[in-house]
This record gives sequence, structure tokens and C-alpha cells, in this order.
Amino acid sequence: MLPPRVVETDVLIIGGGTAGCLAAVEAKEVRPDLRVTIMEKANVERSGCLAAGMNAINAYLNPGETPESFVRYVRADAMGLVREDLVLSLAKELNRVVKKVETWGLPIPKDDKGSYLARGRWNIRIYGESLKPILARAVYKAGVAVLNRVAATGLLRRGGRVVGAIGLGVRDGRLYLVKAKATIVATGGAAGIYKPNNDGSAHHVMWYCPFNTGAGYAMGIRAGAEMTTFEMRFVALRTKDVIAPTGTLALGFGARQINARGEPFLQTRFASWGGERAPTCLRVHAPTLEAREGRGPCYLDTRGLSAAKVKELKAAYLDMYPNLVLYWAANGIDPAVEPVEIEGTEPYLVGGHCQAGYWVEEDRRTTLEGLYAAGDVAGGAPYKFVSGCWAEGAIAARAAAAYAARVDLSEPEPEEVAAETARVYAPARRYEEGGDGVTPAEMEERLQKIMDRYAGGISTFYALHGESLQVALRELSRLRAQLPYLVARDRHELVKAHEVIDRLDVAEVLVHHLLYRRETRWPGFQTRFDYPERDDAHWLKFVNSRRDPETGRIEMYERPYRQLVPGDRYRG
Amino acid sequence: MGITVKAEQCTGCGRCVDICPGDLLALLPQEGKAYLRSARDCWGCMSCVKSCPEGALERRLPFSLAGYGASLRPKVHETHIVWTLRYPSGEVEEFAVKTREHPGRA
Ligand SMILES: Cc1cc2nc3c(=O)[nH]c(=O)nc-3n(C[C@H](O)[C@H](O)[C@H](O)COP(=O)(O)OP(=O)(O)OC[C@H]3O[C@@H](n4cnc5c(N)ncnc54)[C@H](O)[C@@H]3O)c2cc1C
Ligand code: SF4
Ligand code: SF4
Repeated sequence: MLPPRVVETDVLIIGGGTAGCLAAVEAKEVRPDLRVTIMEKANVERSGCLAAGMNAINAYLNPGETPESFVRYVRADAMGLVREDLVLSLAKELNRVVKKVETWGLPIPKDDKGSYLARGRWNIRIYGESLKPILARAVYKAGVAVLNRVAATGLLRRGGRVVGAIGLGVRDGRLYLVKAKATIVATGGAAGIYKPNNDGSAHHVMWYCPFNTGAGYAMGIRAGAEMTTFEMRFVALRTKDVIAPTGTLALGFGARQINARGEPFLQTRFASWGGERAPTCLRVHAPTLEAREGRGPCYLDTRGLSAAKVKELKAAYLDMYPNLVLYWAANGIDPAVEPVEIEGTEPYLVGGHCQAGYWVEEDRRTTLEGLYAAGDVAGGAPYKFVSGCWAEGAIAARAAAAYAARVDLSEPEPEEVAAETARVYAPARRYEEGGDGVTPAEMEERLQKIMDRYAGGISTFYALHGESLQVALRELSRLRAQLPYLVARDRHELVKAHEVIDRLDVAEVLVHHLLYRRETRWPGFQTRFDYPERDDAHWLKFVNSRRDPETGRIEMYERPYRQLVPGDRYRG
Repeated sequence: MGITVKAEQCTGCGRCVDICPGDLLALLPQEGKAYLRSARDCWGCMSCVKSCPEGALERRLPFSLAGYGASLRPKVHETHIVWTLRYPSGEVEEFAVKTREHPGRA
């Protein structure tokens, strides 16, 4: 085996996506003297959620809105429980970061008064097909060093402090040992923990980036970082088959949800929650109920759109999700004639839409010294989307840069480096030594099946209860016992092996969270059959966890909720 | 299905291999042409298709989702992109969308 490549830097950013790119540029801007390095599994030019582009910015303070009004809205959308300090701090940055990316070349259409075109209360339209290449260009221009095709596997520590990270070189098969004064994790959320909507040759035709496999969560879990609110999973309302986002249809083109009988069920059954404007979780819970009770499938009613509007609609999707446009053409679907069928996705963990992620302070420091988190991997602040991830990247970068300026580089603990090296290569070694075992694809299939059946996947209409969650834990521990048999026949499979190990580590913590919250706070995302009501008297608080790095035991904690912005928590 | 490569058009420049966020494309060791290593893992983001200077790549939806015979081709220009959507009937629709305020690649 070749020796690892050693890299030294001041600020290391793991994951050069939405949050990571903004963090890198901000760190360089506030401290031009610091060395800033991105470790990226793919290529920053087209990686993560933004690979295909974006057609809207979904968190922006349009004229008349304030950071406080944003907090009120986000709080109500998250059923009255959010980290208001985090939401407030990122809200104050939203418009600044959007403006900044506009100056880098992102086209944002404006009205005749020079205001961006609103597409809903917090949304603006963008021409974002090339958004990711635009961010990548800014990163290189700022003088950031980029390690493309290096997949991070573990954090490096010295004492209790994080002093960098280890990654696997996807191209050269070597380990990269990056020593850093401060580290920001920005690897996005986790897809593929549950059995996805599509099978076999279409299993990756999904909404969330299938290459974001929860590595950042898993590295933190293994290092003993405190995590929060994994139980608030994100089940997205998407178009059937190609799983395209529906905001473009609902917000951009005013399409309403109807069931198989043509009834606008959100407006009737969820009128008190605001009908079509009900909180996000209810907008996926409602059609799930329709399907469960025999009134599915459900649709977004696009019928009657003019030919010009349909063309505009397709152009908007081409900026973000071209699969849908091809799908309509291939299947002879005209959305002006046929309403667009919708369905819920498999549950994802996405801190940028929901709240699963690292427990962080306002400056985005995690509970591990020297480690910061931003974007979908950071918890407590839902409704971030692209611009909130940018804002959080910028906040984390300022804190990380200030920290890096006052500490020295530290050598990681040698035993830990040795243990991680052995762990990373184990599936490859097993293959070299005997060849026989379990492939990452097989392992993934079994993990997804367990989660689907026993931890509230699509096949059970997302419903949860204590007994089945206990079965999930038992089956996951059986699966864990199989890990030594994982084999990787080449470098690609070795990366896949670690993706599935990461997902398993995340899944276990997730099930503990699901078990712990004995109420139904977010119907659709977290529907407990055994505790069907929301219970503010007992559960208006955060559920946190920490896996003990020594024993592997997962401990659960409660953390208080603090209301900072006055007002009715259920009204936005 | 994922992505099909028209081998006669591929020059083996490797741009698509470099760009795929899932690292799914590779060059055949002998012929030096691009191929999709793992068709089932394709997300369909079309980053590779857009990156190919020869127009040698095409996105195909898995048959479990969509019928045969439609195609969608992007052509990337400095500050905009032109999409050509072809229906199974042969009918063609074009879309031109702005992508950048300033020209220049990353
Ligand atoms: C299809 C789609 C459409 C969307 N549309 C919109 C929209 O129109 N408007 C909007 O505001 N929001 C939208 N969102 C949401 C928004 O894109 C995300 O919330 C946001 O981009 C997440 O940013 P992030 O930096 O956390 O993750 P990402 O941007 O995904 O970045 C994560 C990065 O980490 C890298 N990475 C992962 N694992 C590792 C590892 N082990 N080692 C090193 N690097 C790693 C990834 O390759 C990636 O580059 C959309 C999301 C999707 C998936
Ligand atoms: S469409 Fe996207 S995921 Fe599929 S091969 Fe091309 S770049 Fe890779
Ligand atoms: S980018 Fe196009 S020409 Fe270059 S290797 Fe890929 S398919 Fe071939």
C-alpha cells in the first residue's frame, strides 16, 4: 500500500457544494493570509445537489419581510419547534449572499423597479443552470486549494480536538491525510437510507443527490459529536416516477393538489392549516392519507395552462431537473391536459429542509472543538435551501477562520490514523485475500429494506411505532455484524462500501431518535401510530444524541427550546 | 439505461469522466472511448451530457419510467444553453435559457 498523501492547511472544508463553496470564499475574504482547502468527493464544478442547476432561491427576504418575519414563518412551517437563534442568524445573511453570487454571474431576473421577481413569499426566480460552475469559478478565483475526487471517511483528532480529516482518493486509491487548524463539514444530507421510490435500473432516479450519502453525519457520529432532531426526516412531495420538485408547479404556476376524484383535499380537510399553504409536512401527509384511504393517486392540477405557460414551465425545469421534461415527452404527457401525478419520496435526512444534523452554536461550531458545520449536514435550522446553506457556510467560515488564526497545527493521534487506515481498506483487503463476501450493493439493498419496513418507509405510508422501531434496531445490529464480510473489488466499490457503512451508522442513530420522541410533531415526516398527537406540554424540546466513540453506545439527550421571536408559534 | 455513448463521436477527451458527480463514467482502456461504468447508478443530472464538446452523450430514462423514442439535447454556449427536445413523433421543440451574466468557463 502506498503511503498517504499529507496536506497541511489552515481551514479545511469537507464537501465543496453549496455551503462549502461559500464557506471557502468567505474564509479567504476575511483572512486572505489563511490557506483554505476543499476536500471534495466529486468535482466542485458539478457536485452535490446543484449539479443539474436550480431555478429558484427559496429563502430570500422579499421587500417587506424581516429576519423576524422569516423566523415566524419557518417556526410555523416546522410545527412550532426550531432553533430560533440559528434561523435568525442565517436570515440576516440571506440577501447579502444572494447579491454576492449575483455579482459572480448568476442571472437573476428583475421587475421594472429593479426588485428580484418573487415566486412566492420567500422565493425568487433565478436562471441557475450553471449555478454550480459559477460557484466553482469563484472558489478557484479566491485562491482556494481544491482536492477533487477525495471522499472523506473520518475526522482526525488530537485529544478532544478535531485537527483535520482523512479521505480516500477516488482516482489514485491513496489516503489523503489533511491536517487543519479548523475544519468545516459541509457534505450535505443523506439519501438512500430507505428504499427509494424506484427500483433496479432506476434506483438513483430520485430527488435528493444520491451521491450525498450521509458521510458528514457519520464521521461526526463516529467521533462523538452531538446530533439533533434526526427524527424530523424529510419526505418530499415530488412528481411520480422522475421525482422532480413540485415547488415550480405549486408556487410558480399555482397548481393545486387534487385526489383521484378531483377533490381539492388540502383546501377541505386541511383548511384550518391554511389549505394549499399548510406547513410542508402536512402538504405531503395529506396526499399520503388520500392514498392510504383509497382516494389516490393524487395530482397537482396543471390543466388549462396556456401553451406559453407550459413552455415556460418546461424551461424552468430544464434549469434544474431536465429529467421531467424528457419524461413528459417520452410518455406523451401534456401538463395542460393531464394533471401531474405526485407522490412522497423515501425519507431523506436533510438539515436544509428539516432539522437533522450537527448540534451547533450560533457561530456553527459543533460540540467537537475545531469542527464547524454548515448546510444540509447542520441541524436545527430548516428552510435553508440554497441561500440558507450559503449563509450558513459564510457564518461557519468566519468563526472557523478566527479559530484557525489563533491555534497551531496539531499532529493527529497516530493510533487513530492507523485504525482509520485499516478501516478504510478493510473491504478491499478482504477481496484481495479471499474474494468472497457481501458487495456494497447487496448491503445497501438490505439496509434500505429494513428501514423501509420497520422504520416508516414508503411501503408503510411512513408510519412509525415503538415495536417496529425495536425490530429495526435488532435488524440493523444483525446487519452491522455482517460488515466484516463487505468486499470491494475496485476503488469505486471501496467508495460504495464506505457509503453504505456511513448510511448504517446514520440509520441507527435515526431509529433511536424516532423511538425517543413519543409524540407526532411532524405528521408525514414523523407519524407515530402509538403517539398520534402533538404534545407541547412534554415535547416542545430538542431530541439529541451522541454515540460514545469508545463503547459505540448511543446516548439520548434533551435540550430546551427557546422562543426568541414573540408571537403564536403556529402562525407564520 | 442512464447515458448512451455514441462511440463514433467520442474523442476520448475525458471531460465527462472528470465531471460526473457520481463518478460513473470511465474510458475504455483499449479504445479510449467513454462508457458508463454503472448504468443503474445514474442520477440523470446531465452534467456529463453538457460537458461533452462532441455531443457524443445522450440521456435515456430507464424504461420502467418512460417509453422509447424521445430525446433531449443540450448545447452549451458562453452565456446561455439551448435545449432540443425531440418527441417520439419527430416533432421538435427548442428552449434557449440564459445561464450566466459574464462569459467564461470555470
Ligand atoms: C434536485 C434538487 C433541486 C433543488 N431545488 C432547489 C431550488 O430550486 N431552490 C433552492 O433554494 N433549493 C433547492 N434545493 C435544495 C438545495 O439545493 C440544498 O438544500 C442545498 O444545495 C444543500 O447544500 P449543501 O452544501 O448542504 O449540500 P451540497 O450542495 O449537495 O454539497 C455537498 C457536497 O459534499 C460533497 N460530499 C459528499 N460526501 C462527501 C465526502 N464523503 N467527502 C467529500 N465530499 C463529499 C458532495 O459531492 C457535494 O459537493 C434542491 C435540491 C435538490 C436535490
Ligand atoms: S447524468 Fe449525471 S449522474 Fe448520470 S452519468 Fe451523467 S453526470 Fe453522471
Ligand atoms: S466528453 Fe464526450 S468526447 Fe470527451 S470522453 Fe466524454 S463522451 Fe467522449
